[in-house]
Amino acid sequence: MGFLNLFRRHKTFPHGIHPDDHKEQTAGLPIRRLPFAPKMYVPLAQHRGAPAKPLVHPGQEVVRGEPIAEAGGFVSVPMHAPVTGVVRALDRLVPSAQGPKTPAIVIETYAADTQRVGWEMPRDIDQMTPQELVQAVQEAGMVGLGGAAFPSHVKLLPPEGRSIGTVVVNGCECEPYLTCDHRVMLEQTDRLIRGIRMVMKATGAGRAIIGVEDNKLDAVGVIREKLKDQPGIDVEAVETKYPQGAEKMLITSLLGKEVPSGGIPADIGVAVYNVGTLAQLGDLVPRGRGLIERVVTVSGPGVARPGNYLVPIGTPLGFLMQQVGSSSEANELIMGGPMMGMAVASLEVPVTKGVSGVVVFEPDAPDLQRRPIHPCIKCGECLNACPIHLNPSLLGELAAAREYRVMEESYHLNDCFECGCCSYVCPSNIPLTQYFRIAKSINRETRTAA
Amino acid sequence: MGVPLFARGCGSEKTMKTKHRPVEIRTSPHVKKAISVEQIMRNVVYALLPVCAWSVWQFGISALALILVTLVSCLATESFFCWMSRRDNTVRDFSVVITGLLLALTLPPGFPLWMAAVAGFIAVGLGKSLFGGLGFNVMNPALVGRAFVQAAFPVAITTWTPSFLPGRFSEFIPSTLALPFMSPVETREWALERAVDGFTGATPLALHKFEQITTSTSDLLLGTVAGSAGETAALLIFVCGLYLIARRMMDWRICAGVFAGVVLVSLPLWLFDPGHYPSPWFMLLSGGLMLGAMFMATDMVASPVTSLGIWIYGGVIGALTVVIRLFGGLTEGVMYAILLANALSPLIASVTQPRVYGVGRGKG
Repeated sequence: MGFLNLFRRHKTFPHGIHPDDHKEQTAGLPIRRLPFAPKMYVPLAQHRGAPAKPLVHPGQEVVRGEPIAEAGGFVSVPMHAPVTGVVRALDRLVPSAQGPKTPAIVIETYAADTQRVGWEMPRDIDQMTPQELVQAVQEAGMVGLGGAAFPSHVKLLPPEGRSIGTVVVNGCECEPYLTCDHRVMLEQTDRLIRGIRMVMKATGAGRAIIGVEDNKLDAVGVIREKLKDQPGIDVEAVETKYPQGAEKMLITSLLGKEVPSGGIPADIGVAVYNVGTLAQLGDLVPRGRGLIERVVTVSGPGVARPGNYLVPIGTPLGFLMQQVGSSSEANELIMGGPMMGMAVASLEVPVTKGVSGVVVFEPDAPDLQRRPIHPCIKCGECLNACPIHLNPSLLGELAAAREYRVMEESYHLNDCFECGCCSYVCPSNIPLTQYFRIAKSINRETRTAA
Repeated sequence: MGVPLFARGCGSEKTMKTKHRPVEIRTSPHVKKAISVEQIMRNVVYALLPVCAWSVWQFGISALALILVTLVSCLATESFFCWMSRRDNTVRDFSVVITGLLLALTLPPGFPLWMAAVAGFIAVGLGKSLFGGLGFNVMNPALVGRAFVQAAFPVAITTWTPSFLPGRFSEFIPSTLALPFMSPVETREWALERAVDGFTGATPLALHKFEQITTSTSDLLLGTVAGSAGETAALLIFVCGLYLIARRMMDWRICAGVFAGVVLVSLPLWLFDPGHYPSPWFMLLSGGLMLGAMFMATDMVASPVTSLGIWIYGGVIGALTVVIRLFGGLTEGVMYAILLANALSPLIASVTQPRVYGVGRGKG
């Protein structure tokens, strides 16, 4: 009921959904480190853009933190050794959450090593120019840690004719179960603020706003305390609603602006960064280190010891699950959150830079129950849920009729970012989001074929 | 606990002994809102039950028989068509139960049962199954059935009986048990014999239209007037509708749109000539408007899905109802107003597509 928005305390965007957040399982658990896996698998294409190019050769010993692959272009990032050990292979095909197998560098961990980071280059970020900062961010191998895995330095350089006025810091973490960003905001507040300052300097932005969903008011309090002597940076609570953490939605909530269809936030002078990304930047860049580990929330009904774990990039899921323990009933493992994450078919899939959570389900959880698919009853729930204000009901009918072109040309199919709200609310259980994914990929294929 | 996932863990052969469990690979989203079509339909049935109960209390065993006959007829028709088209029987999604109940509630309490059975067959067969079943019907099936019998049996559908007759639980209204294709059974004399006070056999709308008698608001609210089996108790119907709105299984904007449409058209007329035109209040509470607005206009399948479209659709129903009632040959217009708006709804939906985020505004 839209009119209730008038009485809400915190800023928000229209539409969206309120799934059970299930965050209580892990929200109170501090970040902990897990042991190193005996073998690490670092995929070369774990970010958007060109894959990285290996710099090492099989049999070479590497020190934890050392670059093992260089960026394959401007929209690409280097990789760093997650452990001290010896390189065993450069192009081992490992399964990915997306499906196809991708080449990865395999490093065998030296079990007896102290695993101290042996590669750094401390520097004073206050003395660095914006250009040097952009380069330093790329050298750190930073990508968006919220899940998009888009190289962070690219967003620091807006396209020709655009400039960044506002940095929006995304602390929403709207996906159910995930709490890693929440813990980062609580435990790594200073790093986060340092990261924000750095991005503001690199982009020339005069203002930064941290948007945090109002189910994490403790984090808002901690950040607000630290921001007392930080002019230009604000923290603001936004309504707890999915997909509040989608960059377009958060921009609308905080700034009241809309990103033009088909455009990027830079078109309206905004850059959006995830809190986890900025906290890592604030730590890595001043020390000249690379991204070798990240906080991952492991949660869900099928996990014995859920928590927020510091996991080296390249750790196979099988090892992670051995460490945290899984119930014998567990049968579905999702990388990312349950709304947009991907079910994995193999435990050899490694944790990559974009993995913010691992959620394990058991069969027959109440909100998972399999239901028959009915025809669309035109209830309109999907229209009220779609944050982009599409007409998923109509799009679904067009998809069933294979009118993929019409979907794109007349009904803005390409504005859909697959948040899953329409499928979530559909009482007929129609897999709308999947229909749209198929439609988009078929359109892409026919375009390249033509 | 502690047994690795998928029973075939990464390199731990010990766990090979555990029973193999199939891995779920599904596409996102992996969680679902726990509300299904069956649940929505079942709740609409729950919301209609008090209205049915009131109808039986008011009109006795004739109303009960009427409800049962339309229900059985609708269920049988749906099963028959599913069987014919070799599909799974869709009776269990409860939508056909709604059609059966609604159809009974819109018919006069003394409506011959065989005609009610025909109405049920037409409602589900012509109104729903021929279009492809749930989700594909263009119009509200119950109203399709009623429109058919309105055209086919014009006398029977306008023969009203007084409510709260003393012997309503022991004897049927004579017309109820009329035999198919025989000469109609005269009910009027029978009703006049039994009626406590000066019963004229007219609904409040007919009374107002032809005899300029305005029924009191309390009678309209409580439903102690003549009318279709389940349309008289405006207050009860409204409360039952509120239940569905509160459970978010019905779109409040449609009901509000209908009410707004009624008021917008009838208020100026009433202000212009209060002696001739009835008040908006009377318009809202009389006839089948409340039942139509709460339970028939809100048929999800036959109403538009777009936000603006919903308001237009509701407004059209309200306005058309008043126009038909005041200027048409019929005393009641809710049915035709809803059917017309149903027919319009694809058009309304296509011209009221929502403004997509980032399109047309916020450029540059």
